[in-house]
Parts: sequence; structure tokens; C-alpha cells
Amino acid sequence: MTAQTAAEVNRNVLARRDYAMIAELVRPASRVLDLGCGEGELLAWLREYKNVDARGVEIEGAKVQRAIARGVSVYQGDLESGLRDYPDRSFDFIILSQTLQEMRHPLGVLQEMLRVGEHVIVSFPNFGHWTVRVAHLFSGRAPKTELFPYDWYDSPNLHFLTVDDFVLLCRRQGWTIEHRVCLNGDREVTMMPNLLSEMAVFSIRR
Amino acid sequence: MSFSVETQCVRFPSLELDCGVTLVNVDCAYETYGSLNGDRSNAILVTHAFSGDAHAAGISADGQPGWWSNMIGPGLGFDTDRYFVICANVLGGCRGTTGPACLDPTTGQPYGMHFPVITIGDIVRLQKRLTGHLGIEKLLAVVGGSMGGMQVLEWAVAYPECVAAAIPIATTARHSAQQIAFNEVGRQAIMADPDWNQGDYYSSKPPARGLAVARMVGHITYMSDASMRQKFGRRLRDKDAFGFDFSVDFEVESYLRYRGSQFVNRFDANSYLYITKAMDYFDLSNGKPSLSAAFDRTKARFLVLSFSSDWLYPTYQSLEIVSALRGRNVDVAFCELPSHYGHDAFLLEVKEQTAMVKGFLASVFEDLSR
Repeated sequence: MTAQTAAEVNRNVLARRDYAMIAELVRPASRVLDLGCGEGELLAWLREYKNVDARGVEIEGAKVQRAIARGVSVYQGDLESGLRDYPDRSFDFIILSQTLQEMRHPLGVLQEMLRVGEHVIVSFPNFGHWTVRVAHLFSGRAPKTELFPYDWYDSPNLHFLTVDDFVLLCRRQGWTIEHRVCLNGDREVTMMPNLLSEMAVFSIRR
Repeated sequence: MSFSVETQCVRFPSLELDCGVTLVNVDCAYETYGSLNGDRSNAILVTHAFSGDAHAAGISADGQPGWWSNMIGPGLGFDTDRYFVICANVLGGCRGTTGPACLDPTTGQPYGMHFPVITIGDIVRLQKRLTGHLGIEKLLAVVGGSMGGMQVLEWAVAYPECVAAAIPIATTARHSAQQIAFNEVGRQAIMADPDWNQGDYYSSKPPARGLAVARMVGHITYMSDASMRQKFGRRLRDKDAFGFDFSVDFEVESYLRYRGSQFVNRFDANSYLYITKAMDYFDLSNGKPSLSAAFDRTKARFLVLSFSSDWLYPTYQSLEIVSALRGRNVDVAFCELPSHYGHDAFLLEVKEQTAMVKGFLASVFEDLSR
């Protein structure tokens, strides 16, 4: 499996369960920037049903073409440089769905997102999930689970953060956590989310 | 799409130019396709590239298809079943709009070198007159490639209230040294031709050799190394061995000579000088603290397109535009399309452009009617 198809699988496996949560967090008629927006599915939905000013950034040309063809304003480029040009507070919401763990400099990206946007919505797979811990403990190898189905050498994931890691980062940076939804399958996890949730959706602000 | 069209012409009593001169009796040649809707909200202005003209779509009286007839027509990218499309020959041109080959009303002689030096701003000012004449206050979109793209940018900056969407393709916000250099070679080729005669050749022989050489240089810049390799390679023209003389040996020589000689029949050498000068003067950031500042009042949504093998208007120039627009948080979509056709790609890569243009226009139109 190449890194690229691995990234595709990542998206499919997680099936964008986070989209529903993200869509709930976005205020109607607001300005939204989706980083790594793919073919603009979420943006098109937000535009249609929440009347938002929807924009996106995507690196893959073919996806950008399809996003533009469906009427979504998408810019072809990498996320890091994608944010640089914008003045402070250009957007009400900036979304980074299932990509934080693939960023080379996640802290820098988060800081830029919080500069350009008022609210930052981030979703990521939780590396603290018990299946990952068990896989690692018993195999003694880089964990390979339903959530992280890759071998270490072809994984798109550069960082393996957990729900607790993210909360700690927010505390250190002085960011406010506005919402937090942890999911196991389609179910919300409220008890011991660091151990029991497969994925987390956070809304934070400076 | 085989619908027949006729070029029309409207005369404006005067037009003020950036250089301070006021031109009188200014003709503007244009064509329209499709029909204007009730609230006049479906008009799209197509701006042509350097050597283009008003005949962008359909079939002319003499059987010629328009220069963008694969993009403009019923069901096409610029769908004339939905939109009212306008294209005008540029000021300084030689295809119906006032230019150096026209008679100067004050002398009764062709303008020649007495024609004032024009700018992209002047070209757009005349187009604004035309849209006013057609009863259109706000254009749904302005779209064009290459020099057409410069006009698109100028429209969005000069008349921000009048443009809902802008589609600059394979273009730049300012000519680079390299672009000016190629234009200067073209101009020098024309002016070095004794037949040019300081621009006063309308009653004798035009500087055909100079103009043909200028066009040959132009054609090289429109293609790419890869597309020339594919189209010509080192193939010989009608011979199996070198001629050991300076007649045509290679296919590529034959092609360039043919394109050069064809061009002489449809283009005026003085127009070449004036229009290339207008391109070289073009700098959207002129008199502004930054390129971003030029877009301060811009409200249009943008779709910026570039092509991977275009070395005449490289992608970095499109990115410069995109970056400046984002600096003012203007809504901009951008894509670099893969192509090996070089600068010509904007006329040839129809499928991808069609899909994107259709979706983009539909979305802008929907925004307007919300």
C-alpha cells in the first residue's frame, strides 16, 4: 500500500463520522475554511444547508477540480502555506478533519488556524484507544488496528496523539476548549474518552 | 456549435485615455451569444488574448468558427442557453475596433504612429462603455486568458461594483522582464523592417516580413518544449535528407513560417506594437502599496487557473494573484491544470475548464439570486 492510498483508506475507514459533529458546530451563515477539504463534500453540504461562505484548501489537483466543478471555492495548495496569506480573523470557523496527525508541524498549523479563524474545529483519531494500547502491549510492534490499519512504513500518520495529549496542549497554550465530542463508532463516549473513544472532535479558540 | 453570428459595431463620441489624450469617434466591434435575461443578471464578458478578436463563438458569415467556440455555445462551459455572452475586439486592435490602422478624424489619414499609446485600463474602459450601451450594469462574470486575463483583473479592480465573478486564466498581474523582452523582440522585428516606414505604410506595402518574424517568436512562447517535440520533433519537411541550404528543412521551420505568413493577412503591424506595449505597461499594483491593496474594493468571486507547462505565464504569476486576493480575504478558487501544451493550453484543455467553469458560474449565479 502506498502512502497515498493509505491516506485514502484513512478517510474511508473513518468514514467521516466526524462530519456530522462538525456540521453541528458550524454556525449558519458564517465564514468557513476547510483545510484538506478533498472534493469539497462537507463544504458543499454546509453551503447548501447552513448557507455558509464556504472555502477550502486541497493539495490534490484532481480533487480541487471536482470541488470547483461542484461550485465550492477551493484553492490548490498545501495547508501550511494556505493559511499564511490571510489576515487575522478572516474566518469564523476553520476545520481540520482527520489531518492533524499527518501534519509535519501540527502546533504551527494550529497556531496559524487560531490566528486566521475565531473557532478552530479539529478532529483526529485517538491513539489512546484501548485497542491500540493492547495491540502495542502484546505485539511489541507499532500498533496495527482497525483504527490504525497501516504498517509503520506506509502510514500517513506522522504523529500519534491522544485525547489527553490534545487537552494538555490546549492547556499549555492557553486555548479554550469550547466543545469536545469523543466518538466510538457512532456513539458518543463521555466516560474515560481517552481509553474508549476512537476519534475526537474539538472546537477550540484562543 | 454551428450557430451563425455577425460582428456588430457601436461608435462612441469620445474616450479618455490614461495617457491624457481623448480619442474621438471610437468604434467598438463586438459579438453577443445567447440572450439577456429579464433582470439583466446573466451577462458574461469574454475578453480576448493578444491576437484575438470579437468573433469568439459560432460561425461567422465567411464560415469561420470563433476562437473559443469549444467553450462558448449551447450546453458548453459558457452555456449560451443560460448566459448572455459578449466579446469585443480590444481598443488598438485591427478587427473592427478603433486602432492605429483607422482613419484619424482630425487628419483624414490613418493614425499610424499618431495613435496614442493605450493601456489595458483604456481597453477595459471601452468595454465598460459597451456593456453600458447594452444596458448591463453588473456583469455575472468577466473571463479571459493571457492578455484577456489582464483585462479580467483590471475589470475587477477598476469597476468592483460591476463584476460578480472574475475568471483570469493563464495570466499575470504584471508583465515580467521576460514577457516584456519577448514583446520587445517582436516590436523590433517589425520596426527593423524597412516597409514599416515609421508606421506609415497603409498606402504602400505593410512590413510583412517583420510582422511574420514577430509572430514566429510569439508562437514559440505559446508552445512548450514537450508539445513542440511531440508535434514536430526533428522531422524534415517534404524531404529525406538535409537540403544543405537555407530553405525549409525541418517541420518546425515550415510551421513557424506558415503561421507567420498567415498572421500578416489578418493582423496590423502597428496594432502589434500598441497592444504589446499595453501589456508591458500593465501592472495592477501600479501606484498601490502592494498587489493586495489593488484588490481593496474588489467584491468579485475569483476562479484563477494556470497550466503546468505554461512558461510564458507561469503558475507562480497566478499564485501571486491568488495570494494577493487572500490577503484581502477575497473568495478565490485556484487550480493548476496539468497540460503539456504550454500557454496554448488555455485554448486547448477544454474538458477540465468546462467542468470547473460550469460549476463556478452556477454557484455565482445562485449566490446572486439568493
